[in-house]
Amino acid sequence: MKPAHFEYERPSTIDGVAELLADNNIFNRVLAGGQSLGPMLNLRLAQPERLIDITSIPELKRADRDGDYLTLGACVTHSSLEDGAAKGFAHGILESVARGIACRAVRNRGTIGGSIAHADPAADWPVVLLALGAEITVSSANEQRHMSLAEFLKAPFETALQRGEILTAVHIPSVPQNARWGYYKFCRMHGHFAETIAGVFLDPDRGTSRAVIGATEARPTIIETTFTDNNAMEVIEAHIPNADWYQRKLHSVALKRALEEARA
Amino acid sequence: MNDAPQGVGAALPRKEDERYMRGRGRYIADIKPNGVRDVAFVRSPLAHARIRDIRIPPDIRSQVFIAEDLNGVRAIRAVSALPGFKVSEQPILAIDKVRYVGEIVAVCVAATRAEAEDLAAMVDIDYEELPANHDMLQARSPDAALIHEDWSENSFLESFVDVGDIEAIATQASIKVEREFRTARQCMAPIEGRGVVAEWDTRLEQLILHSATQMPHIVRSGLAECLNLDHGRIRVIAPDVGGGFGYKGILLTEEVALAWLTRRLGRPVRWIEDRREHLTANANCREHHYKITAYADADGKLLGLEAEAHVDSGAYSAYPFSACLESAQVGSILPGPYDFEAFRCRTWSSCTNKAPILPYRGVARTGVCFALELVLDAIAREAGRDPHDIRLSNLPSPNAMPFDNITAKHFDSGDYPTCLKTAVEAINFEGIRARQKTPEADGRDIGVGFSIFCEQGAHGTTVYAGWGIPMVPGHEQCSARITPDGELELRIGAHSHGQGLETTLAQVAHEILGIDPGCVRLVHGDTGVTPYSTGTWGSRCMVMSGGAVATACEALAERAKRIGASLLQAEEAEVRIEGGSVVAPNSDISLTDIAKVWYLKPQDLPSDVDPSGLEVTVGYKPEVDTGTFSYAAHAAVVAVDTETGHIEILDYVVVEDGGVLVNPMIADGQVYGGTIQGIGTALYEEMIYDERGQPLASTLADYLLPGSVEAPNIRVIHMETPSPYTRFGQKGIGESGAIGPPAAIGNAVNDAISKYNTEIHELPITPRRVLTALQKAQS
Repeated sequence: MKPAHFEYERPSTIDGVAELLADNNIFNRVLAGGQSLGPMLNLRLAQPERLIDITSIPELKRADRDGDYLTLGACVTHSSLEDGAAKGFAHGILESVARGIACRAVRNRGTIGGSIAHADPAADWPVVLLALGAEITVSSANEQRHMSLAEFLKAPFETALQRGEILTAVHIPSVPQNARWGYYKFCRMHGHFAETIAGVFLDPDRGTSRAVIGATEARPTIIETTFTDNNAMEVIEAHIPNADWYQRKLHSVALKRALEEARA
Repeated sequence: MNDAPQGVGAALPRKEDERYMRGRGRYIADIKPNGVRDVAFVRSPLAHARIRDIRIPPDIRSQVFIAEDLNGVRAIRAVSALPGFKVSEQPILAIDKVRYVGEIVAVCVAATRAEAEDLAAMVDIDYEELPANHDMLQARSPDAALIHEDWSENSFLESFVDVGDIEAIATQASIKVEREFRTARQCMAPIEGRGVVAEWDTRLEQLILHSATQMPHIVRSGLAECLNLDHGRIRVIAPDVGGGFGYKGILLTEEVALAWLTRRLGRPVRWIEDRREHLTANANCREHHYKITAYADADGKLLGLEAEAHVDSGAYSAYPFSACLESAQVGSILPGPYDFEAFRCRTWSSCTNKAPILPYRGVARTGVCFALELVLDAIAREAGRDPHDIRLSNLPSPNAMPFDNITAKHFDSGDYPTCLKTAVEAINFEGIRARQKTPEADGRDIGVGFSIFCEQGAHGTTVYAGWGIPMVPGHEQCSARITPDGELELRIGAHSHGQGLETTLAQVAHEILGIDPGCVRLVHGDTGVTPYSTGTWGSRCMVMSGGAVATACEALAERAKRIGASLLQAEEAEVRIEGGSVVAPNSDISLTDIAKVWYLKPQDLPSDVDPSGLEVTVGYKPEVDTGTFSYAAHAAVVAVDTETGHIEILDYVVVEDGGVLVNPMIADGQVYGGTIQGIGTALYEEMIYDERGQPLASTLADYLLPGSVEAPNIRVIHMETPSPYTRFGQKGIGESGAIGPPAAIGNAVNDAISKYNTEIHELPITPRRVLTALQKAQS
């Protein structure tokens, strides 16, 4: 369980990263917190020729509110959000969810950008950020692209990132005063991978509501407005038809409990 | 001299924690001889396959070794003399065939482990996959592919016990309860994995093998057999060992391979097991299946038990405990602590395409206790009585002690009814029953459950002689000597892998000699400097090594008294040992001063002094060597979320009787740790195999081990009924904690869901299994 040989670079600018990534002759992997990639390297499930460590780029650690958006750099850690880097934003959902990710040791290193780019359907951030309608920025040597997170996350462990690109920031729209959220995660043990996750976001001003179900076989499932206080099982059966009875049961309980929390 | 109690019964802080807590322990991975090469193994990716071809690139051929390279190395044969036992030949490196995922096919050597893994990836093996025996029942079907092709069936041993007239009982019993149970295959998980560092000492012409083992002397005997070397040319050293639980109570193929390899290469080699090979190659314990029919009268008095039990013993018989220890033990311990008239039990040690089974803390008792105690609760429900009530009708009374049960197990002492009643009170059974009458605010269902069981520890010669396995424990030995500076050195052949022997054995020495435990040094874990021992297993050290240390200290006291009396010019009959001194009516002399004269100023000794000196080696064995029977009652309160199947332990009580406790603090630690492992068995730990015999968990993200958050606040209450047979009345309790939880928690869950008319019969009790049980009840 030792990684195969790799080169290691740690540039200090996004341009420096983009330059390295532009080299098509070498198989690169971008390393942020390493909480998923680290074990994959050790298990030799990932065998990049070069690791590009992006954790010394100041720009990727910012947490700024600009206008209607909160922008978080890709290397903002879970623990910094837990400790209030975006305190009170969206009625406190970010610090609340951050607190429930794995254990503190993982949160100290794990990053929001790494979590999104890894695209594990059982991770917390994709669920929360899809529920909030987040957008992301990806950069390469020549350009920047913006897209919704829903467009970015294509399938489990598969994103719209193209060769030479890096996820640099996530932009989360502000939440109206009357909006409510609920979040329910069920793990077999504290800090372990979720068996189900439901995030619910209700915006009474716009009359919209959205639920996202994670820990699914496919990428997290977005459910718009069709759910009510007592139709969780039907909604899950309609939206996640391939799940077995146990997963459907858990997803429906999670949806119901997240909705209860949002309404409480 | 410290005046606080420091002898038997004192909660003395652990001496070894000084180095452990400061990170100064020295474990196998801390040992790096000059020029050491790292080893990685090529392990079979298939459960059952013929090896057609092994292709090794020519440029790395000198760094890769396969079976045909191992000249003169013999297979591991762990025999048993039980009638009908089939012996397996476990090759050090696979020959022609692989029989489980993780079996070693080739050894790769390089300057670093990473480079050795690079080599392992370059070895290309052509396999012809054979049908896998992935399940202990399936393996015994007539069309199952034979794992050992010269056998008639995939079973190491079938055993049969039949006592009393079960047919007559069956016709007269008012209550008949039939149940089927299954326990999962687990992977023991000490924090430190296995590891071996081997080197050949050219001066002594001796193999020096460092290994994270519980039994260095047994490893030496096994190596001598496999390598055809004299015992004197092998020295096995176990450094600090970071947990064992049975996982390190074995002769490893890795040990034999590295022992051979270091001679072949002429340089030291080492292998440090990683968590992936630990999980994928070594899930090797606990997997049982039971069909039980219990007969009771209308009040729930147990009359008879009839059972068929399977143990999944894996592909080979492991050295020294063999493939049949566990299943044959099922046949003898299934009656638990209960008193009844008729017992019939047939057991099989199924041979499957999995890692060879090893006895894990509690050995067969954890599964047996789960099966039997759930049956007891089922009888209680049938009889309409409380679970503890029904047990009280079936437990032996303290007046019956010593008590020989239906399978001739000799219970040395104890008050089982009081133990159970104490647990009932401590868990507040009546309060829980009252609470159950109103729904919980959070919608969960509350349940309470008990288990009561015994643990045979330190069983000796008469028990093991009958098994006929490669080792039989005899007299446990201790060498004791007073050094020139007056300190006491104790040498024993057992080895601590977390038990705190450096402290408890010093307490025993203090009890006899009055010497400060701080001046006692325990030397263990090295065959070169310690007397032979079968090692640390079977909850035996406090009884056996403790008894040996006491006996050695007594012998040493006699020696010191003779020299001391000479120096004090007193009669030998007048002097006694007290507080680390030889005391005469009007004078005294410390052991330190006696040692000083004996070693450094012999000119001051009288000419007629006893010349035997201040060093002894003695053996000890209790007169009755069938073992101590410690016992415990566990009580659990759980909350079951019937929507998710999640179980939370709300309260947990252990009432434990380990006889006289040498160090109650260390005993508490044993109970806490064991109980949390038992909670792992009850709720989390499971290595699932698919139909091709592939283990499906390869990291600790998939194989769930309970952590601190999952550990409830365990309340331990001690009783101390002395064993009549041991030196201080002490009993072995090292395994007890791990035995009771699946049964107590299983019964608590079944109590919680009994209103839905359903039961759990399988471990671990996962959310999916809970929801499945509830769903079955609905449909």
